[in-house]
Order: sequence, then C-alpha cells, then structure tokens
Amino acid sequence: MSKPKGKLALYWAASCGGCEIAVLQLDAKILDVAEAFDIVFWPVAVDAKVRDVERMADGEIDVCLFNGAIRTSEQEYMAQLLRRKSKVLVAFGSCSHEGGIPAIANLNNKNEIFQTSYRDTPSTENPNGVYPQPETQVPEGTLHLPVFYDTVRTLDQTVPVDYYLPGCPPEADRIWDAITAILENKLPAAGTVLGDDTTVCDTCPRKRSEKKIKEFKRTWQVIPDAETCLLEQGLLCCGIATRAGCGALCPQVNSPCIGCYGPNNGVQDYGARLMAALASVIDANSPDEIQRIIEQGIPDPIGSFYRFSLAHSLLRRKKLAKAGE
Amino acid sequence: MSEPFEPKIVGFLCNWCSYRAADLAGSARIKHAPNVRIIRVMCSGRVDPTFVLKALALGADGVMVAGCHPGECHYLEQNYKAMRRFHMLKHALQAMGVDDQRVRLVWASAAEGQQLADAIDQLVEDVRRLGPLNWPANWQEDAQRLKALEKIAHEHAEAMEVLS
Ligand code: SF4
Ligand code: SF4
Ligand code: FES
Repeated sequence: MSKPKGKLALYWAASCGGCEIAVLQLDAKILDVAEAFDIVFWPVAVDAKVRDVERMADGEIDVCLFNGAIRTSEQEYMAQLLRRKSKVLVAFGSCSHEGGIPAIANLNNKNEIFQTSYRDTPSTENPNGVYPQPETQVPEGTLHLPVFYDTVRTLDQTVPVDYYLPGCPPEADRIWDAITAILENKLPAAGTVLGDDTTVCDTCPRKRSEKKIKEFKRTWQVIPDAETCLLEQGLLCCGIATRAGCGALCPQVNSPCIGCYGPNNGVQDYGARLMAALASVIDANSPDEIQRIIEQGIPDPIGSFYRFSLAHSLLRRKKLAKAGE
Repeated sequence: MSEPFEPKIVGFLCNWCSYRAADLAGSARIKHAPNVRIIRVMCSGRVDPTFVLKALALGADGVMVAGCHPGECHYLEQNYKAMRRFHMLKHALQAMGVDDQRVRLVWASAAEGQQLADAIDQLVEDVRRLGPLNWPANWQEDAQRLKALEKIAHEHAEAMEVLS
C-alpha cells in the first residue's frame, strides 16, 4: 500500500496574488505535489470552506503555506486558525515574511488610507462621507466587516511561524526545494529561512571593482551598461544586503535589485544593513556634501531601504499620527 | 499629579575619546544631566544603524553617537564612515516621523569633558522639549481588534450549529 497522503493547505492574506501564481509556476511538478498531498484548503483553487478547516482536529494539516501580511481582523483570525490546525506553518513570500509591499502602508494609518481610498481619489464619488464600518445595522440585524488595522504585521508578529520562504514571489525552484525538503523530512531547525545565506551580489555576474559613488541615480535617469555593477554606476542596487536565492534575476536584466529576498541570517533590520552598506560607498567626507548626495539621490528613503520589510523592521511603521493630528 | 518627563537617552561613546571625555567630566566633577545611559564602543564606526533603531524601538527618547574628531579616529577613517551612516539614518528617521533633534552625532576628544557634558545637556533639554517618544505604543491596535476577533469566532461557531 502506498503511504497515506499528507494534507496541504494554502492561504492568502494581504497579498497581490503573485504568490499563488508562483505556486502554479511549479508547472508539471504541481502533479507531484498533488500526488504527495491532499490539498485540503486553497481558496484560489479548491472548493473547501473556512468551516471545513474549523471542523478539522488541531494539527490535522501537515503543512500550510501562508502568503500575505496581516492587515485585518479576518486575516488575523485565519492566521490563528491555520496555525492551530497545521503542524508546520510556512510564511510564504515577502508579505508574510516581512510585510512586503502592503506594509509600505505603515507610512500611513487607517484613517489616512480610508480618506484616500474612499474620498480623495479622482474616481471616488462619496458625498455623504461613507466609510467602511466594522458594524452596520440593517433591518435584518447587524452586518460585520473585518476591522482594518492601523499597522500591517508580518505573519510571525501574529502567530508562531516554523519556516520562511522569502521572495516576491518565491522562485519556483526554491518552492520546489522546500516541498522536497518537507516530503523527504529533511527540514532544517524550526525558525529557518529556507534559502541561501549569501547575498545577491555573490550570485550576480556583473563586474565589480571599487565602489565609490558621488551621486545616486534613479533608474529613469540612466541606461546602465550591461556589464558593470549597477551600484558602481550609481544605481541604488540592494544586492549587497539581500539574501541570495533568486539567481540575481533583476541585475541580469539591467535592473537594480530592490531587495525582495530580504535580509540574511542574523540581520535584525534589513534597512539598517542596507543603509550601512550604501553609506560606505559614498565618496565624500564633508557633512554637507554627504547630506546632499543622500537627499538628492534617495528622495524616498523608506521605499528604497524597506520596500519589502517595513513591518519586519525594528521600528515597524512611521510614527502613528493620533486622531486630530 | 504625573511625574515630570525625564528623557531616556542612550549614548554610544567611542572608547578612545568621548568615553574618556565622559570619564574626565566625572573625575573633574563637571555636572551634566543624568539621563544618558552610556554604552562604550571601540569606535564610532562600530555603531551600526541597527543599534540606534533598536534603542528607539525599545523605548529610548533620544540617541547620541560620539566619536573622535574627524581626522583623529584611531582606526583612520572610521568616523567618516560613522558620519555617512549617520546622515543616511537621519534621512530615514525623518521619513519615519522621528524628529531629527532626537538623534545626534557629536565629536569630543578625550580632553573635552566640558564639551561632552554640554552636548549631553543640550540633547536632554531638546528631547525634553519634544516630549516622550514611546515608540512601542505606535503599533498597538485599539480595543476594536480583540472584539472583532471574538466576534468572528462567535459567528462562525453559531453558523456551525445551524449547519450541523
Ligand atoms: S550591487 Fe547589484 S549589480 Fe552590483 S554586484 Fe551586487 S547585485 Fe550585482
Ligand atoms: S534581484 Fe533582488 S529584487 Fe530581483 S528577484 Fe532577486 S532578490 Fe528580488
Ligand atoms: S576611534 Fe574614536 S571614532 Fe574611531
């Protein structure tokens, strides 16, 4: 008799859907996954309901791949539920791992976001100033919407997480590596980020010499040459602070790394690591010139240093403006 | 009545100069505000931006980094590195809503006990004026959150009863 199939769940919270596509990028190997696992829950592809998960025994799911950050009470509830029902919970992709792009909204709070989305955008017509409410009374009773949080959180700021699969989205090969490790029971110690512990620079084919920069340039200001290190050409390339694993995809197509694989082991704050590395390539010794180079070349420091990792950073968010401020 | 606000300041002081300046200030009985918790580092270049962020995230109201004057670093150029990092960090902190008066880079040689004491007093005074930073309060959600979570669990349990 063949050995009993494992149970696999996939879920999405605050994410774009790219991680779901990344799973499909497994291509024919998805059949091997289906061979080894019953997919018991996957809202995007399988018709199982939340109540089916609620009915399961605790720990009944063998592996749950959870993508997306936590921004609403509904997502937090699902994170708690899937944590309880799963033996192994994997934070899948940048948003779940570090907050990802949705966490850049931590530069704003709930009110600001609502005002932009439901009042200020040119396509919005909202003369009565109606905003989503967690509770609405209708003749039939009370309707509920999830509570929208001020601050986007990572999965592991919400529930304990066993493994992390970095990337926006993770590369199919890396997903397959992780699945194989699970199938062969070769998973490393809990808490591990499933990936390499070198930097994107180490896997980048571009030619490097001494990095000395008098000016940071934005991507639209230059057409970089195809051979030299992009950082040496003045582009803010994050490869120096970013975990390897993608095969240096972006610099290979003439585009700087923007850091989607996150920090290497032992780095507490991705942006701090990047700031330290970038600071050391600035070729200036006078405070005024240093300041000019930084302010002119990096107009959006948080978007540049914490594009995928603001929720996971030490400060987590911009100072929260209190009501009325 | 509530206690008057006493700023908590973390100071990263270079072993070869500013830390000795603090020592000198002590032995010469130069008075300065007692609000600064001093951490000795081997060089201002050792201060990773992580240290400053961590201090703020853990509840410091201000941070001072102090090292040897430019040109006098015992490890040659490291205080220039500190200067570049510091500007980079300040640029990011401003974007995060941290007033740039709260973090300060100071040069003080081993002989400048008075100057260091003055810089500490100045920083404490400026931070006192700005008020508490209380960073960890930034990501506390309000009571709606727990209520909503209970509500979901409750409603789902009710639905389950109807269905079974
Ligand atoms: S900085 Fe960017 S372009 Fe340069 S070697 Fe690293 S990854 Fe490649
Ligand atoms: S080069 Fe950087 S941004 Fe591009 S896929 Fe790799 S880690 Fe992500
Ligand atoms: S040794 Fe003092 S700043 Fe480098």
